[in-house]
Amino acid sequence: MKTYLVVAALAAMSATAFPACAQQKLVPAQSEIAFSSKQMGVPVDGKFKKFDAQVAFDPKKPEASKIAFTIDLASVSIGSSETEAEVAKPDWFNTKSFPQATFQSSGVKATGPGKFEVAGTLAIKGASQNVVVPVTVAQAGGTTTATGAFGIKRLDFKIGDGDWKDTSMVANEVQVKFKLNLTGVPAL
Amino acid sequence: MNTTAQRYSRFAMLLHWVLALAIIGSFSMGVYMSDLPFSPQRLKLYNWHKWAGVTILALSALRLLWRLTHKPPADIPMPGWQRSAAHATHMLLYVLFFAVPLVGWAYSSAAGFPIVWFGVLPLPSFVPADKELAEAIKPWHGYLAFAMAALVLMHVAAALKHQLIDRDGLLSRMWPTGR
Repeated sequence: MKTYLVVAALAAMSATAFPACAQQKLVPAQSEIAFSSKQMGVPVDGKFKKFDAQVAFDPKKPEASKIAFTIDLASVSIGSSETEAEVAKPDWFNTKSFPQATFQSSGVKATGPGKFEVAGTLAIKGASQNVVVPVTVAQAGGTTTATGAFGIKRLDFKIGDGDWKDTSMVANEVQVKFKLNLTGVPAL
Repeated sequence: MNTTAQRYSRFAMLLHWVLALAIIGSFSMGVYMSDLPFSPQRLKLYNWHKWAGVTILALSALRLLWRLTHKPPADIPMPGWQRSAAHATHMLLYVLFFAVPLVGWAYSSAAGFPIVWFGVLPLPSFVPADKELAEAIKPWHGYLAFAMAALVLMHVAAALKHQLIDRDGLLSRMWPTGR
């Protein structure tokens, strides 16, 4: 009897300590990770079709949140099939050796109502960079939508190496945009 | 009759020769670049080719406007069929001055690469980005360009015939340093 009570108490405690963590899920079909860069002034847009996330986000306690992402780089969709074949090559994503890009949060803080800043490490092609990502969170009917954008420099990750280093051809700045639909996130 | 009335105006000559160089250059670039492997060099040439094409389109519009508002010199005496052939060639060339760049522009838009003129001025896409549409348009840019090349060869051959065989002074109507 006593043991039963202890277990129940522990269970209750863990439920409050990690609210709804296990149930938070990304809805990939309603989510989007896209990027855009410029090639001699011409905007080039791409997106990734396959990615996943492990999210434990509590809007009331953002500091305790943990957000991790994996993106399948071979799932890139970018204009022509010729371009897609090109970006898989070693000078670009080198998807054979580095199939995935990852993001691991190191800290989340609130910056305003429905606004957060997620700091973390972005790793692509064996290189890691610290990034701070502003995220806007909105909730409607059990679905939480997180949107945001941040800039990276492609050469920090050796994306477009060799002959492609010339930033007058392909700009160094790459804008990453995302819209993520999550279920199971506690109310704002 | 004074000599100026028998020749094209200075401005018409300027447009003719600038466009001749631009079109021959752009055509050669187009033929060369389409066989290159994917590389920065190729992307650069594609962009230059597009910029040149839009420039040719704009100058052709100016040229057509000038041609419609300024009387060209009178035809010099020649057999009727030659005169008809010359007029037909000139008219078809004018059609192609517009058709070739416009179809190229449409292809670029359909392929999802809007044209940014000289890397500065973004031009509107008048067809949607659509892979199938792009593939359907692509060969036509080439067919029309080669049709223009054939007409240009005819045009040059006819001019040389007048200059070297007929010796009728026709070329001086468009030759800037002529009489």
